[in-house]
Amino acid sequence: MDMNQRREYWRANLRLMTVLLIIWALVSYGAGILFADALNAVSFMGVPLGFWFAQQGAILVFLILIAIYVWRMDALDKKFGVEEYEEEVHHS
Amino acid sequence: MSDIQLWTLVFVGLSFTLYIYIAYRSRVSDTAGFYVAGGGIPAPANGAAIAADWMSAASFISMAGLIALSYNGYSGSAYLMGWTGGYVLLAMLLAPYLRKFGKYTIPDFVGDRYNETARLIAVICAIVVSLTYVVGQMAGVGVVFGRFLGVNTTVGVIIGMTIVFLYAVLGGMKGITWTQVAQYSVLICAYLIPAFAISNKMTGIPVPQVGFTQIMAELEALQAELGFGSYTSALTGTDQLNMFLLTASLMFGTAGLPHVIVRFYTAKSVRAARYSALWALFFIALLYTTAPTVAAFAKVNILEDFNNTAMDSLPSWVTTWTDVGLITGPDGGTPADLNGDGLLNFTGAAAQTANEVLINNDILVLASPEIGGLPAPIVGLVAAGGVAAALSTASGLLLVISASVANDVYHKRINPQASEKRQLLVARISMAGAIVVAGYLGINPPGFAGEVVALAFGLACASFFPTLVLGIFWKKCTAAGAATGMAAGLAVTLAYMFWTVEIWGNGDGILDIAATGFGVIGMVVNLVITIIVSQFTTKPSETVQQLIEDVRYPGATALVAAHASGELDAEPLHEDDPPTR
Repeated sequence: MDMNQRREYWRANLRLMTVLLIIWALVSYGAGILFADALNAVSFMGVPLGFWFAQQGAILVFLILIAIYVWRMDALDKKFGVEEYEEEVHHS
Repeated sequence: MSDIQLWTLVFVGLSFTLYIYIAYRSRVSDTAGFYVAGGGIPAPANGAAIAADWMSAASFISMAGLIALSYNGYSGSAYLMGWTGGYVLLAMLLAPYLRKFGKYTIPDFVGDRYNETARLIAVICAIVVSLTYVVGQMAGVGVVFGRFLGVNTTVGVIIGMTIVFLYAVLGGMKGITWTQVAQYSVLICAYLIPAFAISNKMTGIPVPQVGFTQIMAELEALQAELGFGSYTSALTGTDQLNMFLLTASLMFGTAGLPHVIVRFYTAKSVRAARYSALWALFFIALLYTTAPTVAAFAKVNILEDFNNTAMDSLPSWVTTWTDVGLITGPDGGTPADLNGDGLLNFTGAAAQTANEVLINNDILVLASPEIGGLPAPIVGLVAAGGVAAALSTASGLLLVISASVANDVYHKRINPQASEKRQLLVARISMAGAIVVAGYLGINPPGFAGEVVALAFGLACASFFPTLVLGIFWKKCTAAGAATGMAAGLAVTLAYMFWTVEIWGNGDGILDIAATGFGVIGMVVNLVITIIVSQFTTKPSETVQQLIEDVRYPGATALVAAHASGELDAEPLHEDDPPTR
């Protein structure tokens, strides 16, 4: 990668991260805590929604967020030709 | 010997045999193998090892009890979200870059990125955080052995220490990692099988995550009838603020705990480090989405069946747990019939009048198969799971302590010329020493053990997390900035925690902020101070800035490879005008 490609790779990485971390904060601090009371008015599978987010939903969303990150970063690595499917980074 | 004791012995014995066999198979003979398993662990195995490392006696034994009993449902969610949300931060902000950096410990990164002062602060933090944490694990082993095998706590702790000694001293990180994979399998079976069985029995739906939604209405009705607060209502005001801070402290603390971060060094590549985080959270989520269901099922069982049983026909598990002092009466003795109606009342009125019985958080998971009326082999399996959870976390923590002493202090500061063999010997001796200290503290736990774990998270959150993240994402973050920031974050957090301890009588703190959630405020202090001081102090050398630049991209890069192989060590890493590469 030359300097321009590096800059482009890093920007794409930061953009992806920002989007995912905003969702991360909205689901846990938002749905699970700050807006939990309001969401509790809605029933989801017989359980108040805010409560469900705090005990189940947030964890499931965290898992999906990391899955998206891993998948998108694989694509980004491939686009810039730095994927490491077989070779290993040498360890000291 | 009762059926339960027999089955416990069978499962604990089988699992111990497996651990020792793995220890024998994965002996190591070099420092890279001892500290980071040669960096050759595939992602799913690494994920399982991280999960076992992470899920301690607190997650396995105590968490469901915390949710059901001391936090009364919803507010216990701080632990569920806090102890999983940190992995999102780890996966995106730390894991890939630290793996690319490719050394052995957190102080390694801090020292090479910043300077020796910062390395020293990091070594002290790593050792303090890990030691405080490991004490609780050893105590957890003692509880399980005491209850299920009837041996006393001291003997239980010594048995646990011996097993850890065998595989950790012999196999280092390699032995620990593969043992943790086995320990994860044991503990997740031990957690899920009873949960599925109870869910199926109570709701007819075997998947507890679905089943528990069926009993929530019933639980709410029981809670209201017996005078407990609502199980699902959200918090408001100060309580909401404290839950917010606690959740944040646990999340950022998770992403700053040295024994978790170091596991990403063991991955095969940068890509494998990212996948390790994904696998880890997957394995953790299996237990963490089940824990609140175990809590809800057990609470229904306790309120419906246990409450109002006749005093003379209490179930047998009540007697056995009373014997080890984890079910007590109003005055700390045995459950007593205060109102003389011949029935044992368990109500939400505890705040006004003494309750007739008190149930310790720690027994909920261990007793839930008995409470739910499941057969003896399952009870034995749960006991083996509790031991696996405690031992796997203990061994990961012990490795951090041993690596800090042998690599960061002995090799980096005292004797840089030490041969590979010599370093390995020092690492093994410090591991053995750490096991003895941890065992001693497990048998004689300091009285403030509960606060100590919160302290570990607070410290990790206020010290490591901001320093590591700024070190990667901000090239111009200076050594002086990082060192002052870390010191300030630590000092503020420690000061607040001591200030609110009961002896000084400031229990309410400032604005009613609980000490357990203060770590995240310490983190903000650290961030702000690091950024301000960095504006006025010497910028990092060109070499360091180039190194950080290289760390951001996967694949082989010359500077990182040279640094990882130790070639750069001889050069003045932190001075300007180094040879340009």
